[in-house]
Amino acid sequence: MRISLFITCYNDTLFPDTGKAVVRVLERLGHTVVFPAGQTCCGQMHYNTGYQKEAMPLLERFVAQFRDADAVVVPSSSCVAMMKDHYPKMAEEIGRPDLIRDVAELLPKIFEFSELLTRRLGLDDVGAYYPHRVTYHASCHGLRNLNLGDGPLRLLKAVRGIDLVPIANVEQCCGFGGTFAVKNAEVSSAMLAEKTTAVLNTGAEACTACDNSCLMHIQGALHRQRTGVRTIHLAEILASTEEGRA
Amino acid sequence: MSLQPLDPRTAEIFPMAARHLLGDTQLRKNVRHATDVIQNKRRIVVDEMPDWQELRESGKRLREHTMQHLREYLEQFERNCTAAGGVVHWARDAAEARQIVVSLAKSAGAKEVIKIKSMTTEEIQLNPALAAAGIRPYETDLAELIIQLGHDQPSHIVVPALHKNRQQIREIFRREMNLPDLGPSPQDLADAARLFLREKFLTVPTAVSGANFLIAETGGVCVVESEGNGRMCLTLPDTLITIAGIDKVIPRYEDLGVLLQLLPRSATGERMNPYNSIWTGVHPGDGPKAFHVILMDNARTSILADAEGRQTLNCIRCGACQNACPVYRQTGGHAYGSVYAGPIGAILTPQLMQMEHAQSLPYASSLCGACYEVCPVKINIPEVLIHLRNKVVKEKSWADPEAIALKTVASIFRSERRFRAAQRLGRIAERPLVRKDGQGDGWISWLPGLLGGWTQVRDLQSMPKESFREWWEKRAETKGGSDV
Repeated sequence: MRISLFITCYNDTLFPDTGKAVVRVLERLGHTVVFPAGQTCCGQMHYNTGYQKEAMPLLERFVAQFRDADAVVVPSSSCVAMMKDHYPKMAEEIGRPDLIRDVAELLPKIFEFSELLTRRLGLDDVGAYYPHRVTYHASCHGLRNLNLGDGPLRLLKAVRGIDLVPIANVEQCCGFGGTFAVKNAEVSSAMLAEKTTAVLNTGAEACTACDNSCLMHIQGALHRQRTGVRTIHLAEILASTEEGRA
Repeated sequence: MSLQPLDPRTAEIFPMAARHLLGDTQLRKNVRHATDVIQNKRRIVVDEMPDWQELRESGKRLREHTMQHLREYLEQFERNCTAAGGVVHWARDAAEARQIVVSLAKSAGAKEVIKIKSMTTEEIQLNPALAAAGIRPYETDLAELIIQLGHDQPSHIVVPALHKNRQQIREIFRREMNLPDLGPSPQDLADAARLFLREKFLTVPTAVSGANFLIAETGGVCVVESEGNGRMCLTLPDTLITIAGIDKVIPRYEDLGVLLQLLPRSATGERMNPYNSIWTGVHPGDGPKAFHVILMDNARTSILADAEGRQTLNCIRCGACQNACPVYRQTGGHAYGSVYAGPIGAILTPQLMQMEHAQSLPYASSLCGACYEVCPVKINIPEVLIHLRNKVVKEKSWADPEAIALKTVASIFRSERRFRAAQRLGRIAERPLVRKDGQGDGWISWLPGLLGGWTQVRDLQSMPKESFREWWEKRAETKGGSDV
């Protein structure tokens, strides 16, 4: 299948290894990955902070870039949730009939990375090898907005060599929340303290998730405290094989 | 602790208030414990319901229908309540509502009133108004009594003293009831409260209540509670004054069949409230001889006029969103500067203030969605929060630093060329801040300005040498690009 990658602005800039891992997994599975060059950002930060007007052109740009895609993969559940929850309403507000139609046709073809594997491609085992103790953080948008359910866990369980340990209070937010982390830094820090405690209590050496935004937040505290626990995007675990790490 | 009444017009902004409260280790332990207990109870009685999601949907549709026909149902309630011997009063705002209650209490000759727990009376700061008119209010709900005797303020809409633990409550009772030998067990505390209140029930002939529901079809009023103290207030006095927001009306008696399943399970984790009181007008020889209902607007019609904000009025005040909210669970309720705390407070309070105050509240959320998930009438609180954030942003000056920053970033995202340039510039700009520590490429542990909130407890990994798109293009150039 020809799969278009929407890398997202922050993965492009800060976490290119996640993008490389997505490409590696999908090509290993025999698919062709394309990368529309004009893509930038889905508009989530602006929309969720109250800058709806600024998010509108970003919706138009996204649709123009991906309109003709067969399937779109996005290694970020919060960006996918942004599109699924808000794009139809935003398109209505812009009021262009062609845009409203394009959004309606495009949305069902957009998948968060783990969702693409489990729901669109029907896979649990993608042939990965990762001999480490790992815990999975279910990001809020993946859990509640996309209803990813046990999809990501099924993918992880099929990884050879992995020692997967459950985290306490898996449904609890890590406290990132986009601009919340700086606008309400103190409360965000308090929430993060609970999450890092839960991560440390698992004894895992790595915490994984479908969202680098949560992971950047969790990793920020794990590193500040020199805990010796790292974070890694799910795609990077799945890209790892006995022959080589992503 | 002595607190001024919670007033959004004078309250500190949420991040500042939260900062102070986060330092109160006792409060945080109490709130964490209490919300855990209630959430666990709720989970058990919700999970046992095979049709919980259908019930939520029914509750939502019922509330939406009511709001669409609010005027008719309110008028129907007025007619039926009046026919049953009640007196209906209309109040435009808090001041009018206070004035009506005070004048009714005065004309009943009251020097004291007993009160049922009512967030609406807290919303309008009724107690200070009664006191100013020489009428002493006695709270009879156990939690509200703790708050009143402790010179405190409610921090939760269902469990107002949730931020106090048993030892603290014992201290308040010992001091305020003059009981130096009071024991520490729940039984000791309940006995002390019972003795204290029983005398009031038997001697004070005027009561003030709120309402959970106003039944349009019958003109009846419904109050649910766990202690029976409410039942005392509703039945023993000669005069009963009920104050309710106009959003409390429901069309039919049988609608309680849905709402009285959703409410107790969501609120206290009970299958049914121990006391469900419904009364309709007055009846000779039974209960109060005079019954007044004040139907108060206080900005509710302005909320109703806003298509995206109006679902806020569907709230049935169960407090489940507060217990589930990871922000509320850290700060407790006082940080919200309003009697309506937590997620529902973050959307209700700014709208009650017509967006002139409490503008920091829509941002007091990580948008995690836990509130929406537990809401028994499916209020999409994150959606309303975002809507209200947009209203806040629209009022911002062009010179606001946050607005300038976000508009600049938006203009970068509108162009691939500018985005690439910004990525390159970022790598240069961060250089003076990056420290190598042998773990990865390098880390930033201090950031300036607004971003400094991030680095107070978190590090940030430095930017990689190459963006994904740069790697992708290089790979395409090297042809085939088989080695990923």
